[in-house]
Amino acid sequence: MTAVDALRAAPVREPTRHSTTTRVVIYGLLTVFAVVYLLPLVVMVMTSLKPLDEVTGGNMFYAPKDLTFEPWSKAWGTACVGLTCDGIKGYFWNSIKMVVPAVIISTLLGALNGYVLTKWRFPAHKLVFGMMLFACFIPFQSVLIPMATILGKLGEFGRSLDDSIGFSFGFGNPTVNLVLVHVVYGLGFTTLFFRNYYEAFPTELIRAAMIDGAGFFRIFRRILLPSSGPIIIVTVIYQFTNIWNDFLFGATFAAGESSPMTVALYNIVNTSTGVIEYNVNMATAIIAAGPTLLVYVVAGRYFVRGLMAGAVKG
Amino acid sequence: MAFLEINALRKRFGPLEILKGIDLTLEKGGFLVLVGPSGCGKSTLLNTIAGLESISAGEIRIEGRTINDLHPSKRDIAMVFQSYALYPNMTVEQNMAFGMEMRGVAKPQRDKAVADVAKTLQIEHLLKRRPGQLSGGQRQRVAMGRALVRQPRVFLFDEPLSNLDAKLRVDMRVEIKRLHQQTNATIVYVTHDQIEAMTLATCIAVLKDGELQQVGTPYEVYNSPANLFVADFMGSPAMNLLDGKVTRDGGAPLIVLERVNHPPIVIPPPASADASKLVDGAKVIFGIRPEAVNDGDSVDRTAILVARFEANVEIVEPAGSDTFVVTRVAGKEMTARMRADADVRVGRPHAFAFNLDKAALFDPETTRRI
Repeated sequence: MTAVDALRAAPVREPTRHSTTTRVVIYGLLTVFAVVYLLPLVVMVMTSLKPLDEVTGGNMFYAPKDLTFEPWSKAWGTACVGLTCDGIKGYFWNSIKMVVPAVIISTLLGALNGYVLTKWRFPAHKLVFGMMLFACFIPFQSVLIPMATILGKLGEFGRSLDDSIGFSFGFGNPTVNLVLVHVVYGLGFTTLFFRNYYEAFPTELIRAAMIDGAGFFRIFRRILLPSSGPIIIVTVIYQFTNIWNDFLFGATFAAGESSPMTVALYNIVNTSTGVIEYNVNMATAIIAAGPTLLVYVVAGRYFVRGLMAGAVKG
Repeated sequence: MAFLEINALRKRFGPLEILKGIDLTLEKGGFLVLVGPSGCGKSTLLNTIAGLESISAGEIRIEGRTINDLHPSKRDIAMVFQSYALYPNMTVEQNMAFGMEMRGVAKPQRDKAVADVAKTLQIEHLLKRRPGQLSGGQRQRVAMGRALVRQPRVFLFDEPLSNLDAKLRVDMRVEIKRLHQQTNATIVYVTHDQIEAMTLATCIAVLKDGELQQVGTPYEVYNSPANLFVADFMGSPAMNLLDGKVTRDGGAPLIVLERVNHPPIVIPPPASADASKLVDGAKVIFGIRPEAVNDGDSVDRTAILVARFEANVEIVEPAGSDTFVVTRVAGKEMTARMRADADVRVGRPHAFAFNLDKAALFDPETTRRI
């Protein structure tokens, strides 16, 4: 049956009351759920823009009467995290310093793994890939102690380097440690993404480039990477949100001054002294969620597209 | 010494032997077509010449130099792939210049070489576009341009026309033939299409299950097939292969083709057959191409041996330029190629004639030609 026949065979549907009802139900449900999902954010934003007495005295669903940005500046600059009262700006930069290298390194390594596992196959490539996939299933908690041991050894190594040549090359630095942890933990996922994407990438292109005289890395950089836009975006979003939102590794391996944003947020909210400043807490929480929100808004539509592209084959 | 030499080439994937000792030679400026059904190893053979697959045993030489272990880029070859394999992220110009860029050719020289080839192939107006914006025929042209720009010693084509529609395929076939005549390039070409093989090649190598069946000019392969496989594979419609029997009534052997409800057809063996091998009572397969089966009047006047008989017409297929007539001989369908205006009616008996100069006999046991 051709497409035309199919169109003819399909019952003609008039835009009757029936379809209007369906539309009302569909859009009604969508609106209800949109409100349900947006409500917490709206309450957070409103609360963060109210002075404290209005928060404690008023209804949280009321718009701020006395609009103030003071909680935001306090959260950023003067709120107390633990014993120091310098706001969360330092921790925000800690997180950035951890996330950016960790995302870049794990994405690049994942791409390289995917490239090797699909285009430069070796006898046990399936086994190696299968074992890398285990990284996706291992719960965070179970690697804490072995990871702590390894990081401790690396720290010792860093100190001995510092003693002998006066520079530790970042060994033992909490941020470097966190980058390492997240790269290792993220590799399973990034490799999975890139392998599935490159599986569908025509091998003839690699062969053509080989005949043209391009080597392993040249093919990767000039042929493969420029065609990997969608999957790079998927991987970056995935890694960025995961690493940014991570609390467990941050709380375990980076203490005090060098903790990431999530740990600082926890410390601000869970302070046990004085009044609980809900407005400051809300502002802090929004700042903490800001970068991931931004990433989704900017690149979200590529996320779905890239996931689909990888899902077709693999 | 031949330009391209392949000696006792073997390729194994684990216990599976894909190429079982291939010997081939090609002169400079020759056009070798590797043809065979899918899975016969023809693409693997091409890939070993390109260096994309390693070889298990044997030797490949270009101009006397062994290239077995050379990297593909060092073999001085260019390859046109079935899917064209154009780099999607580069413009046509960058695609064509990529190889030179990798070899460190200076930009002005690259631009000049690309411009020259683009002119020959008439793709100058496409140079700034990306492969995604080109039609199938244009991509094919660009892929050939990318190969030409290298000026390699040997061109390798891996089923380059199989992704095109029927009309474009014929056009590009002519184009490739013209290109070969103009540049006098040495070409190895893989196809499963026997018409492409016949029209393009100066030398055809027919492969089956990793073994060479026959190597020769298109004329030789078509007119004197070495065995049943080659006879059946080359030519469309395929050669008629009929079961027959030898009788030796005293002196010369005769071939008997039995028929149901009709007297058997008794014919002398074709001149090409070795009469001494035709023992009385032996089974043979009588092969004759449709164009050597005519109606009584239009049989080739220069033919020396002609056998005439009558048979019932089963199917008539007018093809415009010819009319194909299907009848039944020795329990098998037999196709005859007749003039377009031949007066043939279904269900009626009709006069047929075998041009025995063009016939061949095969041994059903060994499948070889007698």
